[in-house]
Amino acid sequence: MTKGFYDKYGAARVKDTPIAENAIIGGAIGAAMVGQRPVAELMTINFGFSAMDYIVNQAPKLHYMFGGQFTLPMVIRAVGGGGRQLGATHSQTPDAVFAHFPGLKVVSPGTPEDAKGLLKSAIRSNDPILFIEHATMYQVRGEVPEGEYTIPIGKSKVQREGKDLTIVTYCKGLELSVKAADELSKQGIEAEIVDLRTLRPLDMEPVLDSFKKTNRAIVVEEGWKSYGVGSEIVSRIYEEAFDYVDAPIIRVAQKEVPLPYNRTLEQAALPQVADIVAAAKEVMK
Amino acid sequence: MKKEQQLDLYYQMVLIRRAEERGAELYQQGKIGGFMHLYIGQEAVSTGLIAAREPRDRVITAYRDHGVALNCGISANEVMAELLGKATGMSKGKGGSMHMADTSKNMWGGHAIVGGHLPIASGFALGDQYAGNDNITICMFGDGATNIGYFHEALNLAKTWGLRVLWVCENNQYGMGTSVDRASAVTEIRQKAEGYGMKNGQVDGMDVMKVYEAAKEALEFVRKEGQPYLLEIDTYRFRGHSMGDPERYRKAEEVKQWQENDPIGIFNKYLLDKKIATRKVLDEIEARAEDEVNKAVEFAEASPEPTLDELYTDIYAD
Ligand SMILES: Cc1ncc(C[n+]2csc(CCOP(=O)(O)OP(=O)(O)O)c2C)c(N)n1
Ligand SMILES: [Mg+2]
Repeated sequence: MTKGFYDKYGAARVKDTPIAENAIIGGAIGAAMVGQRPVAELMTINFGFSAMDYIVNQAPKLHYMFGGQFTLPMVIRAVGGGGRQLGATHSQTPDAVFAHFPGLKVVSPGTPEDAKGLLKSAIRSNDPILFIEHATMYQVRGEVPEGEYTIPIGKSKVQREGKDLTIVTYCKGLELSVKAADELSKQGIEAEIVDLRTLRPLDMEPVLDSFKKTNRAIVVEEGWKSYGVGSEIVSRIYEEAFDYVDAPIIRVAQKEVPLPYNRTLEQAALPQVADIVAAAKEVMK
Repeated sequence: MKKEQQLDLYYQMVLIRRAEERGAELYQQGKIGGFMHLYIGQEAVSTGLIAAREPRDRVITAYRDHGVALNCGISANEVMAELLGKATGMSKGKGGSMHMADTSKNMWGGHAIVGGHLPIASGFALGDQYAGNDNITICMFGDGATNIGYFHEALNLAKTWGLRVLWVCENNQYGMGTSVDRASAVTEIRQKAEGYGMKNGQVDGMDVMKVYEAAKEALEFVRKEGQPYLLEIDTYRFRGHSMGDPERYRKAEEVKQWQENDPIGIFNKYLLDKKIATRKVLDEIEARAEDEVNKAVEFAEASPEPTLDELYTDIYAD
């Protein structure tokens, strides 16, 4: 992940930490408060729970609580997601948990282009940002623009155009949704895919624009359905575009179980392309 | 220690070695997934330690748990079945390599959040203290785990409340790719107990008899005094942190040096030198361990996968 950093930037800037998540995130907060711009690597998002107080109870609050006297320009990078048979404590997609807290920005890219552009923006931002990547997406190949570019945080994007229904998703869900859209296209259904890219602050405009065109939607996420990203998106569509609803909106998400080690069981619990295709056909009925 | 018990310890150490070697093969064949951390090189630690416990003493450890499971009396069949994610594993194939437990054997798991199980160990001891017995909780963890807050909170609680915990740090010199001196302010882990006024000791973890003696003494202290104790056991893992570790952080020379101190080799020599066993007897023991592992692999491969409805079992007790 950080290969070559040490040689390029030196020991003062690149630090190998003890296994001490509170000290890692708390330390990043302190360094940010006094004017540095730390990037703290959490290894996996699951270890973020060991530093939960700093991530959700300190970083998002300090700027506000002290009347904006100082800023926290810091990035917490973490790998999330299931599908690698790591068992229940090491396989989570708890993005919605973190997105619950005002004051923290939560970014989770779904393409190589966005990963680079959003990470640059995150490092340059003056706010604390949790940057979540998916463990099984490092193999994904895609075009990345030449040279310097950034992608704004808090902007959703239409990743694929279509007229029949809207698939709202992000991160791993994008990879699955693109495959599902290819499949649907063969069956004569053209899906439009809106990639959230940032969960907080949430940019609903492209979602609503798309929905007002298609009048049908499904939401795809890897995390659990209950109290999840899909719950938020569906509520917002019902609140802000109720008159455009032609069919009940369906959420595709992880089964409501801790993820098991056994491969067959784990895959059965995770959302699959076939689940997305089935949900899309259901809303098209 | 009686001759029979010494030979049994030898058997256990060879059993762990062979089981881990077969496990590595099965992993390479794609039959085992996820993270798998081998115990090769560290066999004398848990073998000597667990031999010193009373059956009523509880054991809890981190994810490097296959050897501990075997030492606690969990069958090789179940260990292999869990590795292969089969319904016949002790965790029904839902836990995998890092999550082996059998509470009937007083083995309370394999835990994969570094340091996370230490406060839980204090809780076991609190439960036993309240129940009015003098059971001991043996809590094993790595050197890396002593740098996280959980360790310090758990030790402080244990000493403050007089809890019967034997804290056992397996100092294998590295936490993943980070050597102890790069992550810990003191490299002698036992010193960390001093700050809590906790009795502590240190022992060579490549010699199973030394581990056994040190553990016996520490357990006696904990039982009698109703106080915790931290035992640092110096050891080395001969393989990578987990499967697929390219091991760029250490020199082949260093690994070779430690391998010359192979705990099985050392014990083998001890048994021969002291004329406790002949080479023939030891060969037979090795063959028996190999045989048990082969049978365990056959058992695991022939075992059924958990059925899909297992997804929804054991989420809640009520
Ligand atoms: C809270 C937490 N942070 C990080 C990790 C990732 N991790 C798994 S094992 C490990 C190294 C632990 O080293 P040590 O405690 O020395 O045990 P060893 O593997 O050497 O037996 C790390 C950092 C984790 N599992 N949990
Ligand atoms: Mg270690």
